[in-house]
Amino acid sequence: MQNSRLQKNCRFVLLLIVAILLLLPLFLGISLSLSSSQSIAQGNLLPRHLEFGNYIKVFTNTPMASFLLHSLIVSGMVMVGQIALSIMAAYAFVFLNFRFKKTLFILFLSTMMLPFEAQIIPNFATIRDLNLLNTYASIGLPFLASAFGTFMMKTSFEQVPIELKHLSDIEGLNHWQFATRVVMPYTKVNIITFALYSFLTNWNMYLWPLIATTNDNVRTVQIGLRQLRSQDTASNWGLIMAATIVSVIPTLLIIFLGQKYFKNGLTNGVIK
Amino acid sequence: MTKTQTAHQNLLALLLLLPSLIILGIFVFYPMIKTFYLSTQLTDLVGNPIKFIGLKNFANLIRSDSFITSFTITLIFVLFSTVLTLFISYIMAITASQKMKGIAIFRTMFSSTMGVSVTVASILWLFMFNPQIGLFSKILTILHLPQINWLSDPTWSLVAIIGTTVWMNLGFAFLVLLGAIQAIPQDLYQVADLDGASWWLRLRKITLPATRPTIFFVTVVTLINAFQTFGQVDILTSGGPDYHTNLLVYAIYQDAFVNHSVGRASAQSVILTLIIMLFTMIQFYVKNKREGRNAK
Repeated sequence: MQNSRLQKNCRFVLLLIVAILLLLPLFLGISLSLSSSQSIAQGNLLPRHLEFGNYIKVFTNTPMASFLLHSLIVSGMVMVGQIALSIMAAYAFVFLNFRFKKTLFILFLSTMMLPFEAQIIPNFATIRDLNLLNTYASIGLPFLASAFGTFMMKTSFEQVPIELKHLSDIEGLNHWQFATRVVMPYTKVNIITFALYSFLTNWNMYLWPLIATTNDNVRTVQIGLRQLRSQDTASNWGLIMAATIVSVIPTLLIIFLGQKYFKNGLTNGVIK
Repeated sequence: MTKTQTAHQNLLALLLLLPSLIILGIFVFYPMIKTFYLSTQLTDLVGNPIKFIGLKNFANLIRSDSFITSFTITLIFVLFSTVLTLFISYIMAITASQKMKGIAIFRTMFSSTMGVSVTVASILWLFMFNPQIGLFSKILTILHLPQINWLSDPTWSLVAIIGTTVWMNLGFAFLVLLGAIQAIPQDLYQVADLDGASWWLRLRKITLPATRPTIFFVTVVTLINAFQTFGQVDILTSGGPDYHTNLLVYAIYQDAFVNHSVGRASAQSVILTLIIMLFTMIQFYVKNKREGRNAK
């Protein structure tokens, strides 16, 4: 009995050590963001007095507020687009019979093995030729369709019992009614999981927004941060860290609140 | 089904698939084909093809020192970041799989780097590696060790990029592995307990074999992501010093948008695509084989 208590305590200490090591960079970032530049220059890792001035400066002296807004708009737009398009495509693949079904599905799947990084040169030319550089569309358009999302929605739609389809047919529900009253409520958890995942990915996009924006008009928060750290603010660690922490709050919230969704989605839907 | 019903379903399916197909056509298939095409062309400064030169872009790459450096570095980077991610996240998953009070908080903390963007991770680690005030320089001072120029030394800068990447990867890998470990039927362990099996034996004989498919999945995903690494390099080292952290995608970006040599960038893009296709196909193949076996 004593042995098991000892073991339990050991485990707890181990968990605590791992947690501290893992979160150390984030913790130091928060610590610096609450320090005065004087305190940082003296080499202190912890603030001597808590200071919130850096957070105020992030919003008054830098364009971070508008970067955050741009990110919110782009991420939201792409999320809604991906959900809508993925649900539409998945519905067709699961509940309809049509020609070239298998071929088209393989075509969708095949996009998952084509790295976006290898497509940036022609995509940049396309966006430029459509006169879309520095617009929300330029950042979002290439990502509106999601093979991953279609695949995930298809897998979850396949879990809808076939009896429900038969019943709906007897009740005389049309496809729209069946989709919105039966399929979507039944797979609600998976749709939410994909929505969270989508928003997270869009918010954190880096390479493409870097290429598709050349000025601050629609610049997203990730690229804004990159810019902050390469400009004259570069040595102002307190300010940079405050901006960094502000930018990561939305995604950390998603991770914390959506914990159970991610775990179920990742283990049930995607891998199997 | 009647003929009109079939026609109706064909039409409806087309309408439902069309938006996705248009987007994928314009922003995935067309650029992919164009990239392959451009890789065979001599291109001007704006990226327009001038003339067909076959595989000459590839031949030039193989003869270019900077490409050989960046390709070798990429392989080393992929190998180390994948192995370390798997190893550390597996230990985290085992530690957090035990049932105890407050474990949910630890699980949430362990998976938190999943929400951290590449920019945020890189900036946080940029400070850790700062030679004057960063954490590592402080530790080295305390230990009376010589200082390391993490981001300007050819070897250490790659170590820095690997460290940042592994840290970023841990959240996702942990969460997936944790799910797999928790899915192992408890009675397997109960039998082992009766036999008095040690912790190590239980890990080797039960936990590891039962989670092998997931380990494989996480390995391939981490590997593919590692080949696509860009942001860490862009923020931490800009590919330097002297190309020693010039990972493949960063090289593509530089060649395409800074050096204006689109043919060369496209050839490297083709190489990247082939590598990622290869690993995706291996994954599909193994998965199908396993499912086929399970179905029997």
